Amino acid sequence: MDVFIQQVINALTLGGLYALIALGYTMVYGVIQLINFAHGEFFAAGGYIGVLLLGVMGGMGYMETHPWLCLSISLVLTMAYCAFLAMGVERIAYKPLRKQTRLAALISALGMSIFLSNGMMLARGPLDQPYPLQYSSGGFEFGLITINNLQIVIWVLTAVLLVGLNILVFKTRIGMAMRATAQDKVMSSLVAISANKIIALTFAIGAGLAAAAGIMVGLYYGSVRYDMGFVPGIKAFAAAVLGGIGNITGAMIGGFIIGTVEVFGAAYISGEYKDVFAFIILIAVLYFKPTGIMGENIDDTRV
Amino acid sequence: MIQEFRKIWKPCVIGLLWFLVLLWPMTGINSDGTLEFAKPFEIWLVVVAAAIVVMLLYSANKGGTLDGLYAPLIKLQKVISQKTAVLPNFVLIAVAVGFALLYPVIFTSRPSHDLAINVLIYISLGLGLNIVIGLAGMLDLGYIAFYGVGAYCYALLNIHFGMSFWVSLPFAAVFAAIAGCIIGYPTLRMRGDYLAIVTLAFGEIVRLILNNWMSLTNGPNGILGIARPGIFYPAFDGGLAIEHIYIRKLYMLYYVALLIAFITMICVYRLNYSRIGRAWEAIREDETAAELMGVNTFLLKLLAYAMGAVFAGLAGAFFASRMKFVSPESFTFLESAMVLCMVVLGGMASIPGIILGSAALVVMQEWFREFETYRMLVFGGCMVLMMLFRPAGLIPAKRMGRRSEEED
Repeated sequence: MDVFIQQVINALTLGGLYALIALGYTMVYGVIQLINFAHGEFFAAGGYIGVLLLGVMGGMGYMETHPWLCLSISLVLTMAYCAFLAMGVERIAYKPLRKQTRLAALISALGMSIFLSNGMMLARGPLDQPYPLQYSSGGFEFGLITINNLQIVIWVLTAVLLVGLNILVFKTRIGMAMRATAQDKVMSSLVAISANKIIALTFAIGAGLAAAAGIMVGLYYGSVRYDMGFVPGIKAFAAAVLGGIGNITGAMIGGFIIGTVEVFGAAYISGEYKDVFAFIILIAVLYFKPTGIMGENIDDTRV
Repeated sequence: MIQEFRKIWKPCVIGLLWFLVLLWPMTGINSDGTLEFAKPFEIWLVVVAAAIVVMLLYSANKGGTLDGLYAPLIKLQKVISQKTAVLPNFVLIAVAVGFALLYPVIFTSRPSHDLAINVLIYISLGLGLNIVIGLAGMLDLGYIAFYGVGAYCYALLNIHFGMSFWVSLPFAAVFAAIAGCIIGYPTLRMRGDYLAIVTLAFGEIVRLILNNWMSLTNGPNGILGIARPGIFYPAFDGGLAIEHIYIRKLYMLYYVALLIAFITMICVYRLNYSRIGRAWEAIREDETAAELMGVNTFLLKLLAYAMGAVFAGLAGAFFASRMKFVSPESFTFLESAMVLCMVVLGGMASIPGIILGSAALVVMQEWFREFETYRMLVFGGCMVLMMLFRPAGLIPAKRMGRRSEEED
């Protein structure tokens, strides 16, 4: 039983991270129907910039005195960096192809993904970059179950970001504009919503969430690498599709499902095949519900 | 004039500033937390210089200063197209086939033979994927799994049962086709991007199984010592005897690859213009309408998967026999993406386009080997640029509509 509860805790952590990445895929897909293959690279860039900023603050001596303040500052700056990166990538590689077939944009996204991950390799080298370990020490113990501080931070951050995103999308005027653009670009531009600005904003928000996930993954696993975006990117994409691509609530649920399946598959069946279980669940769900758990276009939950 | 100037240079300046803001944290912060200013600016200045040169060329071209350089080229192109328009098609094809047959005689070095074999393997793969994507219009991101099934099929048959290449070839094709049906069946209800992620998932599952099933596939270490294809060779010493020898010379392997590529080309060409091919195209353009017109979409989509897989299986078996070694590393998602790029870059559903696209990508990769670490960076950048400038491919197909799903 203790093992089971411990696995639930791990699954919640991992699922939250997948949900954060999956939201970027699903929001971009909702607005311009593009699988943004470069999204995993935004996530990896977040991991890199996070460790670099923490390093700078460590060099200035603030890490010992105010570690949590340092983490929050670097988190905000990293999210801004990735949002900026994503807006530029959208402008260069996707915007000129908006009128072309979707495959052309897809190939462009693949090329961008290769370009960015190799750019990061050239800038920072092919080796693992270690994260400071001080955040994961300390926590709570209940018998055999341990919850370390970092897991709590991940839960809180994930919850705050997910709730914040929901408020942004469903309660504000900007969110309304985003939903309108997702539903009908022509009509929304007739009521003076600039599709270009909304699309750029969508990319920025998605990349910001991925950047937050990047820092958290770096802290959780202790290191980042230039190609770390690929596998989580595919799994997060699977999570987005599992929930019904284009559907924000679906992406959150999908992220938690993929995280849970992976953790429990690794713990109870076989560690080597943990990715296989996640993909098999994906295929099985899509076989019975071909448009994902939440469906694709339920009324106006699409962004 | 000033309007024009601003229109061209403003985005350029903004883009360069954007690049500087992104570049500085990535390269200007050392791992120990110290800051550095010289290195990122050095890189940035190089990029700025390159951008200025490109922009100057662009505006000169637009202003008409470079027209003098182009004029003879355009004239030459006109003459050539006039001459080729008169020639019947079969002459061009005969020239291409003749060139392919004489290639090892013209280029005698080993690297050029290696390159040509690679091109031929990728032509088979690209044309096979073309059936699934170009003709039937189903986005398949796990295509390389069938290549892997073919390669491992021949490797295992050869190692465990000692079966020769030519005997194993049909088995590889059949196993790949079965794998295609297994993957195809659950995906038939899905459309568009759901199909994409499921095929991607299947591709990854096949790779992970190859990687982890130690007792069968020897895991990440791969399988060594696979036999080369053999041929029956007539020997004339003292009467006629037929000898069986294994191919060692690279140019002989080139002909085997050429044979497989030719078979693929002829099959795909014939399929394209058959009843089945037209049904596939009908499914591509509008699945519901095709079903209404009496096209059995279920069977035909499954057939498209199976046929695509057959050619990948053939290419895979040849790949195993050429390398004499297979390991799961050759069948990653990046390879699937590469084949997809060849199809889209060459022009979907266009056979000459895909041949050109495969050759271009393989040769491009070979050229960029000189850049060493910059190879994949340049490659990714080129993919984006090609799509920006030729989104429909190098040689677009003649019969190509828009998917009805995309129109809204």
